[in-house]
Amino acid sequence: MNKSDFDFLCDFLRQRSGLILSQDKMYLIESRLLPVAKKNGLKSLEELVAAIRRGQDKKLVQLVTEAMTTNESFFFRDKTPFDTLRDQVLPALIEARGSSRQLRIWSAAASTGQEPYSIAMILKDLQARMQGWRLDIIGTDLSHEVLEKARAGMYSQFEVQRGLPIQMLVKYFKQIGEMWQIDAGLRAMVNFQPGNLLERFDSLGKFDIIFCRNVLIYFDQETKKDILERMVRQMPEDGMLFLGSAETVLGVTDQLAAVKGLRGVYCKKSLLTTVSSPRPAAAPLAAKSA
Amino acid sequence: MKSCLIVDDSRVIRKVARQILEELHFTTVEAVDGKEALDCCRDSMPDAILLDWNMPVMSGIDFLRKLRQEQGGELPVVVFCTTENDIEHITEAIQAGANEYIMKPFDRDIIETKFTEVGLV
Ligand SMILES: C[S@@+](CC[C@H](N)C(=O)[O-])C[C@H]1O[C@@H](n2cnc3c(N)ncnc32)[C@H](O)[C@@H]1O
Repeated sequence: MNKSDFDFLCDFLRQRSGLILSQDKMYLIESRLLPVAKKNGLKSLEELVAAIRRGQDKKLVQLVTEAMTTNESFFFRDKTPFDTLRDQVLPALIEARGSSRQLRIWSAAASTGQEPYSIAMILKDLQARMQGWRLDIIGTDLSHEVLEKARAGMYSQFEVQRGLPIQMLVKYFKQIGEMWQIDAGLRAMVNFQPGNLLERFDSLGKFDIIFCRNVLIYFDQETKKDILERMVRQMPEDGMLFLGSAETVLGVTDQLAAVKGLRGVYCKKSLLTTVSSPRPAAAPLAAKSA
Repeated sequence: MKSCLIVDDSRVIRKVARQILEELHFTTVEAVDGKEALDCCRDSMPDAILLDWNMPVMSGIDFLRKLRQEQGGELPVVVFCTTENDIEHITEAIQAGANEYIMKPFDRDIIETKFTEVGLV
């Protein structure tokens, strides 16, 4: 591929999905886009790039964007954030939302569903403490292909062994041939919809908890800042944000701050300064961040 | 350093498992069937046991039931590692006192995440 085509693709991907590709990722383009070209009756990457440059084939544009995303995900990825969610963040929020009895959670790069379903399993296990609550879990992703898989909730033996405790497998999955399907009750708890983080997402409403894990790593500083600051606007004062283990708000935005003692969890900077006032909800958490 | 007893009648599997577990900083002991494993445990209780199901002389599930009756036999964390991959076998294993369950084929990541789940790594 010549430099002009490569530069064009980099630009195109940055605008479409935020993905930043460095020169050394040329192999990635070839291994991921050649199959897309072939599948669409194009003989080479050059032809594919030419077709995208013409820009008329919206479906092709979407296919190329999707093909360049990394969709790897695991149940209870990195374990600790989910322990934190179950043992610290949710108990505090359950107390704080005692009167509204409503909790909204957003998995902002849901991929094939492992993340929102892990959250759903945790909520299900806590349901005795949330009788009659309204629980919304929304999973969004740029890629339609992963969302389809997420909705089906069907996973290979390999996928259910990376991070999913065996008791959870027994409790919440059904074996279908070689595959394992998460049960209908849990599937009904999660609402999957397409969503590009580069675009407006304020219509989704406010979220008490946002998981935005292992997606910001692909973007440049400016994009990260923009997304994080728009997320802040979707959080109530005591909302909590979970980032991936290689991600941080440090040096990106000063509207969010790390919650002390809870790795990977962030809250609005303004919450830290209002800790002493009794009203904001996550009191036990806020106390930690003081 | 934690100790792990590897129980499998296949020498190849034992070798692969040993390599992975040593990388995860376990000392390892090997047994070729449930009976030999029981002798090992009576000699010295390991912290963890990676356990195959189908073996000659004494199966993994029979070994596990006996182990949990032994003095100190409630202590080791037992992780099944078997080609039996249906819900009935898994449920039976949990009821017999297994802590985790790996469906073969396995790799380093699976062993590591499963051992992490039960607090061994
Ligand atoms: C590595 S996965 C992370 C999945 C999950 N959050 C986790 O931590 O396991 C990254 C996901 O981000 C999605 N993605 C990439 N760019 C995006 C964008 N601009 N808007 C929404 N989703 C995007 C990809 O489609 C992919 O499914």
